[in-house]
Amino acid sequence: MAVGRRRWVIEALIDIVLLTLLATVGIGIVVIRNLLAVTMLSGIYSLIVAVLFVLMDAVDVALTEAAVGAGIMVILMLGTIALTTREERVHGTGHNLLAFVVVLITGAALIYATLDMPGFGDPEAPAHTHLSPRFTQDSPEEIGIPNMVTSVLASYRGIDTLGEVIVIFAAAVGVLLVLGGGAVRRRRPPTDADDPAGEGRR
Amino acid sequence: MNQYIVLRVVSRLLIPVILIFALYVQFHGEYSPGGGFQAGIMFTAAFVVYSLLFGLEEVQRAFPPVAAHVLSAGGALLYIAVGYATMLLGGNFLEYKVLLPNDQAGETFGIIVIELGVGITVAAVALSLYYSFAGRFVDREAGD
Repeated sequence: MAVGRRRWVIEALIDIVLLTLLATVGIGIVVIRNLLAVTMLSGIYSLIVAVLFVLMDAVDVALTEAAVGAGIMVILMLGTIALTTREERVHGTGHNLLAFVVVLITGAALIYATLDMPGFGDPEAPAHTHLSPRFTQDSPEEIGIPNMVTSVLASYRGIDTLGEVIVIFAAAVGVLLVLGGGAVRRRRPPTDADDPAGEGRR
Repeated sequence: MNQYIVLRVVSRLLIPVILIFALYVQFHGEYSPGGGFQAGIMFTAAFVVYSLLFGLEEVQRAFPPVAAHVLSAGGALLYIAVGYATMLLGGNFLEYKVLLPNDQAGETFGIIVIELGVGITVAAVALSLYYSFAGRFVDREAGD
């Protein structure tokens, strides 16, 4: 019992530290106007979230968050900044009272809604009483692979995942239509006259 | 970036490791965390690192944008093809167990193939997106 409690205390402490960091980084993202710094902070934000997912034993999600949020997203955001501007433009300094009230009410409603949520890890929570037992108990027998996340994602929710793949594909089509394919044009071989230092090629 | 010799050497060592790890995440997803989504992104990450150090043109010679565009659709089509294959074999759409005589083997086989489809699409899409952004940057830098 004592060991269990000590473990609980340690996990709670780690959670508190990480959530504090997360909140700090979040505030930093809102306050800082330098978009380069904001991009880096959003990568750090994703890494912290990934660690929190690991603590909740959601390793698959953590892997995705780390790879997408801290990896490719940061690269794409950096690309956007390189193409546009590095400083966020400030539109006026007047504070919008109406927006503040709307944000306050929405936030209060969301916090009020969390009071109805079941406690973390509560075995009686609806999420753990409906389909989860079926998946955890029968999937090794039915699908024959140990990683239940993969079983659910690829087999039980196969059509769902197909939808996700199509969404990703559609997103790529959208970006390609707006930005173009990005093929580096085969330029005529650079002569010494127009590109002496060879700076056209990075 | 020709002057950063440390970066160039280290990345040359790291890129094969990243690629192998991506393949591991892809094909070991039934036993350990991971799967097509994560593996696809990691696979692309290796190409992005290479392009940051050696230039977009070099990467596009190894993996042309057209190939990335075709593979984005190809992965999704592979996924859908599995669905139709199960229908032709008398099951429902994406009911993998009809693929092989043994139910479990069929499910596992189906999952491996569709995860491969997911991985191909995600890797190709991420690379296409990167090409789209980086390609414009190179165009602008060339400046004419």
